[in-house]
Amino acid sequence: MSFLSVEDVTLEYRNGRESFIAAERVSFTVDRADRFIILGPSGCGKSTILRAIGGYLKPVGGNILLDGKQIEKPGPDRVFVFQEFDQLLPWKTVKDNIIFALTASRRFPRAEAERRAAAFIEKVNLTKFAGSYPHTLSGGMKQRVAIARAMAMEPQILLMDEPFAALDALTRSKMQDELLQLCVDAKFTVLFVTHSIPEAIRVGTRILLLTAHPGRVKAEVESRNADPALIQEMLFDGRMEQGTAHV
Amino acid sequence: MFENSFVRKVVLLAVLAAAWEVYARWLANPLLFPTFSDTVAALVSSITSGRLPRAVTFTITLLLKGYLAGLLLAGILTAFASATRIGADFLEILTSMFNPLPSIALLPIALIWFGLGDNSVIFVLIHAVLWSVALNTYAGFRGVSATLRMVGQNYGLSTIGYITRILVPAAFPSILTGLKIGWAFAWRTLIAAELVFGVSSGSGGLGWFIFENKNQLLIPNVFAGLLTVILLGLAVENLLFKSIENATVRRWGMQN
Repeated sequence: MSFLSVEDVTLEYRNGRESFIAAERVSFTVDRADRFIILGPSGCGKSTILRAIGGYLKPVGGNILLDGKQIEKPGPDRVFVFQEFDQLLPWKTVKDNIIFALTASRRFPRAEAERRAAAFIEKVNLTKFAGSYPHTLSGGMKQRVAIARAMAMEPQILLMDEPFAALDALTRSKMQDELLQLCVDAKFTVLFVTHSIPEAIRVGTRILLLTAHPGRVKAEVESRNADPALIQEMLFDGRMEQGTAHV
Repeated sequence: MFENSFVRKVVLLAVLAAAWEVYARWLANPLLFPTFSDTVAALVSSITSGRLPRAVTFTITLLLKGYLAGLLLAGILTAFASATRIGADFLEILTSMFNPLPSIALLPIALIWFGLGDNSVIFVLIHAVLWSVALNTYAGFRGVSATLRMVGQNYGLSTIGYITRILVPAAFPSILTGLKIGWAFAWRTLIAAELVFGVSSGSGGLGWFIFENKNQLLIPNVFAGLLTVILLGLAVENLLFKSIENATVRRWGMQN
């Protein structure tokens, strides 16, 4: 049995009275230590799928099982890294943000949390900024803290929702390398949502392609021998590219 | 040295005091307008005689009682409003009805309900504090970003933990604004209420100190009382709230 299985999941997105189908009968499975990418243009429901796995949203059909158990609500076994820079608690320093995450979620006792916080801050090269408040950091540094915080929590799976999308191209490519290094070292299971084909190929081991309106699974490819042009064609059926292709 | 805003303000204050002194001496009518030096002398003697400190203690104690009771009720109302839709409507209706109503206008009815004494004043103070604090806290909670909410939920906190450890600090800039407005309303209301019936429970407050001295035509003492009201107001608004602000929302970069 696979580690995470998404079976025939349909998700609705509510906007006032109307509801739209964000994802329709999506199925896939993720194994331990996979870096699984959900790739698709805007409107394919990839973030919504991630939110459902996070427990923030109930599917209207189908099942999501983590380690054989149905997902009911958000919990610290599935930690999110968001795209937005405001995901750090602004009233806590870098180090306290991580310590708070570890102790509030009862993953680690205080002393152990402090030790882990220091260790993970060092892993993302922010030791000098451990005592700084988030508003004094750059966007890239904030994302690094968010990643360090998520990893320090030692979740069963890391859910990353376009964590680098709001960064400039240079920072973005550096962060991709860093993330890759951290994941390979620690054998994290990662579910990573992006709309960038190069990013998907660079970061992932397996890539799920979704088409838009509503989100449906188009194909699944191994990133080792993935061909960007072919992926592009599969996503858009040879039409003009609608999404944007960042590096 | 003139670059320092504190120095500039001190110089301005000195100029104002000097102007006051000169004008009062020229007017030479201590019943209408005592000199600055007479006022300071009256202030010092009122302090050393213990009358002014007693009045201040009385006023501050009463104010704290009303303020804290107002905060407690505001907390309950906000919790109710955040938890249910009917609670939100309730808060909205009550605040839009009562916020424009100056608290002092409730004093006559409070006197009928609670009689002469602390309770009437506390009732009026609660009214002064409650709406602005509840409204601002509720607006602050609603303004907490979806991302921050999801981060908070991700940690699996209990409802109480989620409110106290995520929502309250995230909404703190608005809450602090509410506290400041509530304080300003309460302070003005209390002095006004005391001017009307400060003698209620044997020892009067600052407002009563002013009123009583006016009746005895001790005008320098009236000015000393007014000066005390200004100084206390300044101390709370500029020292207490400023230092809370510096230690929290400014430090966190949350103030816009």
